[in-house]
Amino acid sequence: MAEHQDHAEHHGQSHYVKIWAVLLVLLILSILGPILAPHMEFGFLKAWMITLMTAFGIAIVKAYLVAANFMHLNIEKRYITYLLTTMLMLMLLFFAGVSPDVMKHKGQNWENVAAEAEVERALKAEAAAAAHGEHPGNEH
Amino acid sequence: MSTMTRPIATTRSATGIPTGKLAVWWVIGSEIVIFGGLLASYVMFRLGHPEWAEYASHTNTWFGGANTFVLLTSSLFAVLAHHAAEHGDGKKAAKWLLGTCAGGLVFLCIKAVEWTGEIQHGYTITANGFWSFYYTAAGIHALHVIAGCIIMLIIANQARKGEELHRVELIGIYWHFVDIVWIFLFPLLYIAK
Repeated sequence: MAEHQDHAEHHGQSHYVKIWAVLLVLLILSILGPILAPHMEFGFLKAWMITLMTAFGIAIVKAYLVAANFMHLNIEKRYITYLLTTMLMLMLLFFAGVSPDVMKHKGQNWENVAAEAEVERALKAEAAAAAHGEHPGNEH
Repeated sequence: MSTMTRPIATTRSATGIPTGKLAVWWVIGSEIVIFGGLLASYVMFRLGHPEWAEYASHTNTWFGGANTFVLLTSSLFAVLAHHAAEHGDGKKAAKWLLGTCAGGLVFLCIKAVEWTGEIQHGYTITANGFWSFYYTAAGIHALHVIAGCIIMLIIANQARKGEELHRVELIGIYWHFVDIVWIFLFPLLYIAK
């Protein structure tokens, strides 16, 4: 508890307001990122890379700022950091185990016919709708 | 100290972390797997299905951005409530908690307006895989916002009377987690188009 009280003295209300202001600036950057990305292409730096960085890079920074400063993970016992990290690892393990089956639609000895057919059907429908100037997103 | 009258399980701790707080962290640990599994599945399908990019282009970044602003601000209120509770000011803590709760309500109102428009355009939960994930992920998140608001009202009522002030921090930790989930939902559902 003592370290908590020390923390409260060092981190007054203005500290939290500052963190909030930084979070808002990052939010604005993450919205502007994809809008400005096509104008910022430079050499190997493509628009989609800028969008990925501004969208997910900033999300990670924002999550870190909230966890460290608002949830006080920076002064919390290490036990909690280990607990949360373990859970994140389980999530990555799940992704690593399942994603090959979901993201690939064929392998050496197998083929996901239904997924391939759906991709083909939907892309055709989108192209046809775009030619007619319609929004195809709501077909069933 | 009022700790003398508490049950023994709430006063002893092998980890050095108060029992209530430890419980909240374990809730969050299990929530990471729930939301993490859902979002990881969404990412897999999104990367495996190029046609989803077109579906995703119909979400409204401004609704999502406004809601991010509302949740970040409500998180500030929650940590200010914690700050007040730490200084023994239950009345002030209760006021900040009510502010946080108001943020949750504004979030839900914006979501209601957003969803109404989308459903009217035919983008329903059964329209295609993208919209199924969209409503499931944002819907489970919205349920967490509703649950948080209800718990927050109960804790604000106790804090107002100067009771159980440590609980202000506990609901705050939960609320910041709900905020962090939205911080990831926002780019996944609204920005990556």
